[in-house]
Amino acid sequence: MTERLDGPKVPPENPSGGPASGPADTPRKLRLGPSPALAITFLLPAALLLGVWVVYPIVYSIFRSLFDASGNGFVGLDNYVTIFSDGGMLRTIRNNLIWVIVAPLVVTTLGLIFAVLTERIRWSTAFKLIVFMPMAVSLMAAGVIFRLVYDGDPDKGVANAILTTVHDTFSSSQGYPEARPREGEQSPVVAEGGGVVTKQPVQAGQPVLIPIVGVKPEVMPSDAAPAKAATGGDGLSGTVWFDFTPGGSGVNGQVDGTEKGLPGMTVEAVSNGQVAGTATTAEDGSFRFEGLPAGSYVVRLPQSNFEGAYNGLAWLGPTLITPAIIGAFVWVWAGFAMVLIAAGLAAIPRDALEAARIDGASEWQVFRKITVPLLSPVLLVVFVTMIINTLKVFDLVFIIAPASVQPDANVVALEMWRVSFGGGNNQGLGSALAIFLLILVLPFMVMNIRRFRRGDS
Amino acid sequence: MTTATATAPSGAHAGAPRRSAIGRIVDRLGGGAVQVVMILLGLFWLVPTLGLLVVSLRTGEVNAAEGWWTIFTKPAELTIEGYSSLLASGFTASFWNTVAITVPTTILVIGIAAMAAYAFAWMEFPGRDLLFLVVVGLLIVPIQIALIPVAALYGGMGIFGSIPGVVLFHVAFGLPFAIFLLRNFFVGIPASLLEAARMDGAPEWKIFVSVVFPLGKPAIASLGIFQFLWVWNDMLIALVFANPENQPMTKALQSQMRQFGTNIDILSSGAFLSLIIPLILFFAFQRYFVQGMMAGSVK
Repeated sequence: MTERLDGPKVPPENPSGGPASGPADTPRKLRLGPSPALAITFLLPAALLLGVWVVYPIVYSIFRSLFDASGNGFVGLDNYVTIFSDGGMLRTIRNNLIWVIVAPLVVTTLGLIFAVLTERIRWSTAFKLIVFMPMAVSLMAAGVIFRLVYDGDPDKGVANAILTTVHDTFSSSQGYPEARPREGEQSPVVAEGGGVVTKQPVQAGQPVLIPIVGVKPEVMPSDAAPAKAATGGDGLSGTVWFDFTPGGSGVNGQVDGTEKGLPGMTVEAVSNGQVAGTATTAEDGSFRFEGLPAGSYVVRLPQSNFEGAYNGLAWLGPTLITPAIIGAFVWVWAGFAMVLIAAGLAAIPRDALEAARIDGASEWQVFRKITVPLLSPVLLVVFVTMIINTLKVFDLVFIIAPASVQPDANVVALEMWRVSFGGGNNQGLGSALAIFLLILVLPFMVMNIRRFRRGDS
Repeated sequence: MTTATATAPSGAHAGAPRRSAIGRIVDRLGGGAVQVVMILLGLFWLVPTLGLLVVSLRTGEVNAAEGWWTIFTKPAELTIEGYSSLLASGFTASFWNTVAITVPTTILVIGIAAMAAYAFAWMEFPGRDLLFLVVVGLLIVPIQIALIPVAALYGGMGIFGSIPGVVLFHVAFGLPFAIFLLRNFFVGIPASLLEAARMDGAPEWKIFVSVVFPLGKPAIASLGIFQFLWVWNDMLIALVFANPENQPMTKALQSQMRQFGTNIDILSSGAFLSLIIPLILFFAFQRYFVQGMMAGSVK
């Protein structure tokens, strides 16, 4: 309060009046300043802690990395050779490479998209809070959260629940695992390549009968209606049905009154090996090809009809584990990118954008040619911060990857812990990995220092 | 002249209103699409945490049988059984360990960093600029580098596994960011205020306590929240340096991960308990949180 009142009275001494001299220079002009000895007293606790806990360990680690597991035998650079020759280590480095390439790009891009989109909604504060919230949550808890999300069972893991729901909505084919054609000489169809085909080519007006057996009761759709033998008529048509009457009173290969049609089967008309048309069976198992040129066709039920229900992806399996964990990382960090980029966006002068719009530039052009270039310093900060974070990623991998899959998900920061404390008991190799990690962040350290010097002078 | 000025704008904008009329329709349709996309994205970010909460409020058997989203049809299945069995299993001790590690660390970092930052900002001593560049360089040193050396050091000092050992490690690695953030803020304090105090003959420690510290409150608040969350949420340092009897929540929960499937009721309630306090802090002080993030990342 007093500052505000005093401020205007002494305009020449206002700090905003002297940005050229720079606030950091001010003490130089102050002859009343304290002695260097006093400055050292103020710095001492921090210097002591940084010296013993941060700087000394760097030196110690360099030496330790040149010794073997026991710490007694000098091995030169052998530990470093191990990092670049051991199969498991190479896989670890490859994973880190995927992380460094993919994660920063995805986080920065998403952050940019979110920042731009939040400007177009009224509830942007709520949106920002929601997306930003994971920043406050421990990576350990985030790991538990995503271990649940990625559960392989679509009845438990929400990722696969969404995938299977979307899949079942867009794919009409109803799965009939273990179902097969009625076999025998009398049967008009035969199993081929996992699917079912008619033995003879068929033509329009000639109803096609496709008897299927072995349909398990639990996969029989509830909307299946009693099958009707197709009567021919225009075009190529037919019936796919469950050729089985309980009690065995039906006639094989014929549609008996109580037998059910098999809805949702994909049926293809094939001519010279080319699929000329596809149809889907109705509730009574009947199908009809629309707009098919006249001619003779082989009718086929492709293999997809006989595969089990779609169960989503094995997120926590060896192939997808790294992308899955990167997904969790993006969930944690997108808010950080969004908030930083949104602040950068707010600082862009509106006039520049308006001028371009009046000159007839489209929104996309404005975005590409003006917004993104003006944002590039912020985008770089976000990108670099994410690279550093991906190099240090530990908790997420450790928690999300199940024990059996951890070798496939391994990263350098985790391997360092595992080798030195988590059972490996080789602190020589552990030190080498720590130095390796330090070397990886070194370019960004130099970058930070240079940027700071530029900004401060 | 009057007609010219009257016609000129309408002529120049002849195309503009028509385009903007179409543009408005496109905007409205696009606006609707944006709304839908944003709602979906918001759900994407909200649902995982919501899932954890529901799972933590159900029994192990229910969780093994069905997805948490069935809660919308069966709300009666909610129970705090997971939480009560968690508390009975001694989880409370690890909660207090987390507090005993986090609170002293936060206070120490603020105090020590503020002193150093004041020296860097307003005192003159040889090598000041170079030393500060060292601090900037230390900002991103990976903590892995210190695990082995400090473990050896602690073994010699006899504090391996203890809470003070964990705290000191956190303080040291919190300092570079803290000094950087506070120094940059302190530098902006009007010189006239300090000058006046020094002219009055006030000793430096008094200027520090009664002028710089109060003026630095916004930055100190940002730093405090950041530091608190980092330490509260840390797992790696605890994993290496905390004994089982001194372990914070993150380490206690990690030790349960092996039996993820069977322990999910305890694990989920533990994970949720561990994130309640960070979430409260986050929502209460989000302004400072964002400010600190901005100040810290414009390196």
